[in-house]
Amino acid sequence: MNLKGKHLIDPNDFSLEELDQVFELADRMVDNRNAYGHVCEGRILGTLFYEPSTRTRLSFESAMLRLGGKVLGFADANTSSAAKGESIADTVRVLDAYADIIVMRHPKEGAPKLASEYSRIPVINGGDGGHQHPTQTLTDLLTIRRLKGRLEKLTVALCGDLKFGRTVHSLVSTLARYNSNRFVFISPSELRFPEHLKEALKEKHDIEVYETESLEEVINDVDILYMTRIQRERFFNEADYMRLKDSYILTRSKLADAKPDMLVMHPLPRVNEISYDVDQDKRAAYFKQAELGIYVRMALMALQLGVDVNVEGK
Amino acid sequence: MLKVNSINCGIVIDHITAGKGIKIFEKLKLSEVDFPVVLLMNVTSSKFGKKDIIKIENKIDLDLTMLGLIDPNITVNIIENDEIVNKMSIEIPKAVQGMFKCKNPRCISNFDEYVSPSFELAHVNGKIKYRCSYCEELTSYTI
Repeated sequence: MNLKGKHLIDPNDFSLEELDQVFELADRMVDNRNAYGHVCEGRILGTLFYEPSTRTRLSFESAMLRLGGKVLGFADANTSSAAKGESIADTVRVLDAYADIIVMRHPKEGAPKLASEYSRIPVINGGDGGHQHPTQTLTDLLTIRRLKGRLEKLTVALCGDLKFGRTVHSLVSTLARYNSNRFVFISPSELRFPEHLKEALKEKHDIEVYETESLEEVINDVDILYMTRIQRERFFNEADYMRLKDSYILTRSKLADAKPDMLVMHPLPRVNEISYDVDQDKRAAYFKQAELGIYVRMALMALQLGVDVNVEGK
Repeated sequence: MLKVNSINCGIVIDHITAGKGIKIFEKLKLSEVDFPVVLLMNVTSSKFGKKDIIKIENKIDLDLTMLGLIDPNITVNIIENDEIVNKMSIEIPKAVQGMFKCKNPRCISNFDEYVSPSFELAHVNGKIKYRCSYCEELTSYTI
């Protein structure tokens, strides 16, 4: 079990044991971050962001800087060679001489997989269209693991844009690999969880899901409520976005009878789908989630680079 | 009844579902070759009622994946010296590359010339579909 040199394109690229390895190192980093401040000295992260991102990009940059490494790359495809028409394969083959590990975000689904086929250094998928966002999933799993103490026997409700929400797709396909998890999908009919992914759940894990349009119907019965933003950038038609954008708004009053140890999670950024008054509720886990994202990315990159992480006591 | 001589050396593609023979004939570009070929349509078959047959008086490279996509019922017989020396049953291919496009308009395989669309077989509600290796979307093949 060695993650050195391995790509992370889909969370299912890692076995459950490998995921545990990432989480265990992340836990150690949470407890003693400064001890890991030099483990990636001399290493460079290349950031290829063909689509705007604040949180994920800064989180990766911060993670590498906190490990003592350096960062180079672009945050806007218009200022990169992609604007001149360079293919992903060529960009990656050049960049792998400049950096030791790559994170790529791209609007086209499967683009990071293509990059991994041409790269000699590890490629991390930082989000590809509406497809996958594996490091958000690692963040989500680390959060659940730390706050619930387990990754199995959970009833997980996912609410909002389940059609284009890549964080949802990645999270569901990964949690499905752990024992006895159940899924509740809450969305307007236009933004339902994709049929082909539902088929994959059935085919690979024999999991049937419960679908509803009502948050109130199920909120009191779930262990985790994963809220998502209705994403304006995924709509071809502004009118459809305007009609659907306020479909679900979680307020503190709706949480009144929810389980006392339920977690409210959100990949952020939020718009209005979680009212600010929920922030004060002890079940609100989304800011903790964002914080843990740094540690999980630190652990991931350190393991993919194969640096010495046995630093405690040194 | 129509009588067609057997071939001495070559390939017989048998048990083609009636009506699909012409598609295979076109895909193999048999109208462009300079050796004898025959397409028989709606031949009586004890197994299928009707079938198509293609006889090729030459050894050519057959793309079995393509044949499997068009019609998995096919049998391919290799003939040498008037005898069948190899009989192959065609199956639905488990993996397909470069034969058709992914139906997902956001898939990288529809944009980047470095990508050859590749798929893995998936059975969905008893229907044959192919899952894209890049975006995981299901595509029904059409050849």
